[in-house]
Amino acid sequence: MQATEDTNWDMVIESKGSLFDLKLREVWRYRDLLFMFVKRDFVSFYKQTILGPLWFFIQPLFTMIVFTFVFGNLAGLSTDGLPQPLFYLAGITAWNYFAECITKTSTVFKDNANIFSKVYFPRLIMPLSIVTSNLVRFAVQMLLFFGMMTYFWFAGGGFEVTSAVALFPLLVLLMALLGLGMGLIITAMTTKYRDLSFLVQFGVQLLMYATTVIYPLSSAPEQYRWILELNPMTAIIEAFRFAFLGSGEFGFYSLGYSAVVSIAILVFGVVIFNRTERDFVDTV
Amino acid sequence: MTTAIKIENLSKAYQLGQIGTGTISRDIERWFVTRVLGREDPFLKLGEVNDRATKGETGVVWSLRDINLDIEQGDVVGIIGQNGAGKSTLLKLLSRVTAPTTGQIKLRGRVASLLEVGTGFHQELTGRENIYLNGSILGMRKREIDRKVDEIVNFSGIERYIDTPVKRYSSGMYVRLAFAVAAHLESEILIVDEVLAVGDAAFQKKCIGKMEEVGKRDGRTVLFVSHNMSSVHSLCKRGILLDNGNMAFDGPVKECVAEYSKQSVLEDAAEHLKEVGSRSVRISGVKVNGELSSMVGLGEGFDVTVRIQAAGLKDPVLFLIVENMTGQQVIHDRVAGRDIGLEFVDGSRKLRLKVPELWLSPGVYSLYFKMISFDGPNAGRSESERILLEVEGKSTNSVRSVLLPNIGWSVEDPNGNRNKGIDERTPRDHSFQS
Repeated sequence: MQATEDTNWDMVIESKGSLFDLKLREVWRYRDLLFMFVKRDFVSFYKQTILGPLWFFIQPLFTMIVFTFVFGNLAGLSTDGLPQPLFYLAGITAWNYFAECITKTSTVFKDNANIFSKVYFPRLIMPLSIVTSNLVRFAVQMLLFFGMMTYFWFAGGGFEVTSAVALFPLLVLLMALLGLGMGLIITAMTTKYRDLSFLVQFGVQLLMYATTVIYPLSSAPEQYRWILELNPMTAIIEAFRFAFLGSGEFGFYSLGYSAVVSIAILVFGVVIFNRTERDFVDTV
Repeated sequence: MTTAIKIENLSKAYQLGQIGTGTISRDIERWFVTRVLGREDPFLKLGEVNDRATKGETGVVWSLRDINLDIEQGDVVGIIGQNGAGKSTLLKLLSRVTAPTTGQIKLRGRVASLLEVGTGFHQELTGRENIYLNGSILGMRKREIDRKVDEIVNFSGIERYIDTPVKRYSSGMYVRLAFAVAAHLESEILIVDEVLAVGDAAFQKKCIGKMEEVGKRDGRTVLFVSHNMSSVHSLCKRGILLDNGNMAFDGPVKECVAEYSKQSVLEDAAEHLKEVGSRSVRISGVKVNGELSSMVGLGEGFDVTVRIQAAGLKDPVLFLIVENMTGQQVIHDRVAGRDIGLEFVDGSRKLRLKVPELWLSPGVYSLYFKMISFDGPNAGRSESERILLEVEGKSTNSVRSVLLPNIGWSVEDPNGNRNKGIDERTPRDHSFQS
C-alpha cells in the first residue's frame, strides 16, 4: 500500500534537478503569462510618456544622423554604394533589436528579484517576454526604416529589394535566439558575480564595432576578415542589408554557421539559466 | 485519506554575510571537492544551529534541518515559531521559490502559494488589468480568469475603482483586490504567509471565512503561517512549531500554540534577566503560589508575589497583566501605590496579591507586572519578567472561549418546579466535542 502510494506524486521538489530538464512543457503551460507580461511592458511604456511610441523613432533616427556625419562624412567609410542614411539605419535597426535583447535579459534576475522571491513560475517566461516585447519596438523601428526606404526610392533609388526578403523572419528569429542565449548566460553569471553586469553595456557596444554595422564586410581588410566572420551577428546583418538594400555578402553557409552558433548558445544559456534559477533567490 | 504533502529529511542551508566578490575561489574549491573528489561539501559541514541571537563562527547556518512531515489531504495546518525559526524558508521551499539543500518534498495536486499579496501588481495598470496579470503570475490560465473576473471584482468590493490604475488605490483597496485574486485560485494545496496582517477588520474576517471555507468545504489542503495566534487557532486543526530550524512540536493546534507561548515566555524571562541588572528601579521575582512557573486548577484562586526594589520611587502605579495564548489581555488590573500604603519605596518591598477563582479556559497564560511612576528621581516605567501560568483542566480543541466556568443548568417543569439539572458546584466534564 505504502509503496503504491509513494509513486504517483504530481511533483517532487529536490535539491538537484536534471541538468537537461529544460521545463519547456511548463513554459508552454504558462504561455498566457508571457502575453500578459508583453502587454504590461507595452501599456506601461506608453502610459508614462507624452510622445508614447514616438520615442521608438527618435533613438535610431538620431543615431543614423550622427553615424552619417561621423562615419560617412568625416571618416569617409565605404557604404558599398548605398545611400549612407539607409545603410546605417539598416544596421542600427537590426543591431538595436539584438542589443536590446541582450541587455534587457542580462538583468532579468536582478530586476525581478522581487517577484521571483515570492512566487514560482517558469523563470524562462520572463526573458522570453522581454524578447517578445522588444519585437514590438523592433516592428515600430522597421516602419521608420520602410519610411526612409520609400523616401530614397523617390529621391533617386540607389538600392534594390531582393528575394532574400523572404528570409527576414528567419533573420529576426536568429537575432532573438542569439540575444536571448547570450543574455541568459550573462544573467546567470551576474547573480553571483555582479561585476559582469558592468561589462555588458560596454561589451555590447564593442561588439557592435566587431559587427558590420557601420561598414560593409566587403571593405574589411583581408587579414581581419575571419574575426568578423566568426561573429555570428555579421552574417545576419549582412543578410539583412542584402535582403532590403541589395548590397552585402549573403551566403547560406555563413547564415547556417550563425544559426548553429545561435542555437548552441541558446541551449547553453537555457541550461545554466535553469541551474541558477533554482536558488538564485538566496544569493541575489 | 491520502497524503497531499510528504516532506522527507528536508534541510536548507544559507550562507550568511557577503556573497559575491571573493567567493569565486571558494566556489572553485567547493566545486573541486564535491564534483571532482566526490566528497561532502565542506562548507555545509560547518553549518550550525540557526540562532539569530548568538553570533556564529561560520558563515553557514541551517535555516531548516531534517524536517519530516506528512500532511493529509484536507488538513488545515498552522505553522508557527519565532522570527527566524524557519517558517518562511519552509514555505519558500514548498512554493518552489528556492530549492532545498538536501531532502525532498513530494506533492499531490496543484500548489498555489501566497507568500505576498499582489505579487507583480503594476502601478500603471488598472485594477482589472492587474487581476489578469496577477492571476497569470499565480498560475491561472486566461480563460480561467475570464470566467472568474466578475466574481473576483465582487469579492474585492471595489467595483467602482476597477478601471482605475492601482497607483491611485489606498493600501487597503490594493490588498483587497490582491487577496480576491488569490482567493479564487483553483488549487488542491494552498500556502499562505501572513497575508491577513493587512486590510481592515471586516475584510480580514472575510478572508478568514474564505480560508475556512477553502479548507472545510472544498477539502483543500491549507498551510498557514502567521504570528497571529488567534487566527492560527481558529483556522487550523493541526499545528507545527518550528524552533531554530527544527520541528519542536507537531500536533493539535491548541497544544501547539500553548507550546509556542511557553517558549516565548521563557525567552522573555531570560531577556529580562539580562537587561534588568543596571536599573535603579526594578520589579521582578514574580511567583505564583510561591513557584516560578505554576499550575493552577480550573476554578482555583491563587497567590502572586512580586518584589519591588528602588532607591527612591514616588507614587508608583502598579498593573497586573495576564495574557492568553493569542496575546489577548484577560486581566489588566491597576492599583495606585498610595491606596495600598506604598507612597514611597526606598529599598526592597514585597507585594502579595490574592487572585480569586477566575475560571479561565485551560491553557497557557503569561503573567507579569508593570509599574509606572510619574515624578520623583526615578520616574518612568518598568516591567517585570513574564512567568507562565498554566490552567489545568479537561479541555479539548473545541473549547475556544476565554472563560470556562461551571454554570448551573436546570429545566423547569410545567408546574414551575425545577428538576435536578446540573448544580454549579458539581465538577463538569468539558471534554466532549462540540
